[in-house]
Amino acid sequence: MYALSCDSLEKSFRKGKGKKVRALRGVGFGVYPGEVYGVLGPNGSGKSTLVRILATLLIPDGGRAQVLGHDVVREARKVRELIHRVSTEAAFFKKLSPLENLLYGARLYGVPGRRVIRRARGLLAELGIPPGRQNRPMEQLSRGQQQKVAVARALLIPPPVLLLDEPTTGLDPRSKLEVQRLVLGLREKEGTTVLLTTHDMEEADRLCDRVAILDGGRLVAEGTPLELKERVRTNGKPVSMEDVFFALTGKEWDDEG
Amino acid sequence: MRAELFTRPIRRELVATWGFVARNLHLTKRYWGWELVWFVYSLTSSLAVAYIGLGTQALAGPEVDGRALTLYLLVGTLVWAYLSQIFYVISEMVAWERWEGTIEYTFMAPSSRLTHLVGTSVFAVIYGIARTLLILAAAAAFFDIPLSGADLPAAGLWLLVGSVSFVGFGILAGVMPLLFPERGVQMTNVLAALLLLVSGVYYPVEVLPAWMQALAKASPATYVIQGMREAILSGQGLEYAARPLALLALGGGGMILLGAWVFSRAERYAKRTGRLKRSG
Repeated sequence: MYALSCDSLEKSFRKGKGKKVRALRGVGFGVYPGEVYGVLGPNGSGKSTLVRILATLLIPDGGRAQVLGHDVVREARKVRELIHRVSTEAAFFKKLSPLENLLYGARLYGVPGRRVIRRARGLLAELGIPPGRQNRPMEQLSRGQQQKVAVARALLIPPPVLLLDEPTTGLDPRSKLEVQRLVLGLREKEGTTVLLTTHDMEEADRLCDRVAILDGGRLVAEGTPLELKERVRTNGKPVSMEDVFFALTGKEWDDEG
Repeated sequence: MRAELFTRPIRRELVATWGFVARNLHLTKRYWGWELVWFVYSLTSSLAVAYIGLGTQALAGPEVDGRALTLYLLVGTLVWAYLSQIFYVISEMVAWERWEGTIEYTFMAPSSRLTHLVGTSVFAVIYGIARTLLILAAAAAFFDIPLSGADLPAAGLWLLVGSVSFVGFGILAGVMPLLFPERGVQMTNVLAALLLLVSGVYYPVEVLPAWMQALAKASPATYVIQGMREAILSGQGLEYAARPLALLALGGGGMILLGAWVFSRAERYAKRTGRLKRSG
């Protein structure tokens, strides 16, 4: 059984008068338990729409998605118990401290604050938020530190399925590595299934067991990083995931600006 | 590890309810500067309205009982300060979370929407009572407020039941910021202004045109303010208030159920059209 699966997912949005944008067009794939599955794609390719559907924040127009066998629309409540999502924007109450935000998050999952306060402090410290900063308002932390708190919040009650929507965007190289290490550690220790969307090809290559490439709402390729590299390799020259991305989406760097 | 952390389902919802209350208490503490500004604004507004009573006597002569009029206005303005606070805290919960950027996080949590609404409402009532008592205490320094003839248990019950009805109104109005990310808050403000106009906060509803009096009948604030005035100014006890209180409680309960149902439909619509998103 897949830990996470999508079948013929469709989603459109109305933009302006009568204009319809098709964000997802018949997307389907399956993620095995304990797998790190990457979703790559240019801006506007439908990555975040896909993650929002899996996180029960959007209802698809067609097709279906399941998390550990539970339908994301009909069993949304059950799905919410099984997932956590970290997005590009660190969604926090800016005036609350990291610790207050984490305890609020734990309570939303029905876990009393006193049960997790020690773990929360430990996780924050592990991610480089020293005790002195754990009680200061979030707005006084740097963007990188805020993102680390977002990761700590997701790991506080380890979810069976973790949705990471460009979690390392805007982080410095060291913070990026720390976050990546935590994700891999979580998979190793807890067997967590991870769906990761990213613009960072090196990150996808390093972390993901398999990768899907979305373009214009369509899944245009899927495979292990090695398989995808083999697919686009010409003249026996070694290729990177960047080469794979541009070859399969037909985009140039200029298009991405 | 994960399994050890979880509690039983009902307890989980109670913990989540406390989560919303605790979060809002922490935020109130952290935004203390704004709280102070808002408190001074509410106090001065209440005093300005109450002084109209003494001012009317000064203008019209001794046939106007300025002291009684001042108390009449003071009760109206304080009860409105309380009810409107409940209304705003609940109706703006979505707009506020959107502004903070946390709306998707909260809506993705496994606690039920009812728990979300109950948690916010519990905080709104606690906050509203504390704030109104502070305004009352400060106003007491400016006016002689005789409470010896008042029936305080009846007044307390009016306020409590009034809270229930305004919780329902707040939930219903909270749908607007959910459906209209850019204009929803303005719509709730219009609704609050309309309630202020027709509910007899500063004058008897009988002075209003007939069509406005019809609206007054639909506003729970009309009955709460009238009941509070009767309990505080005339000392009317529960024996006079039992029936209207029961009707108000029934209407308030119905309004909460209706509000929760409409909210759940609106949430589904927002999820279909992508309106939960932070930027709208």
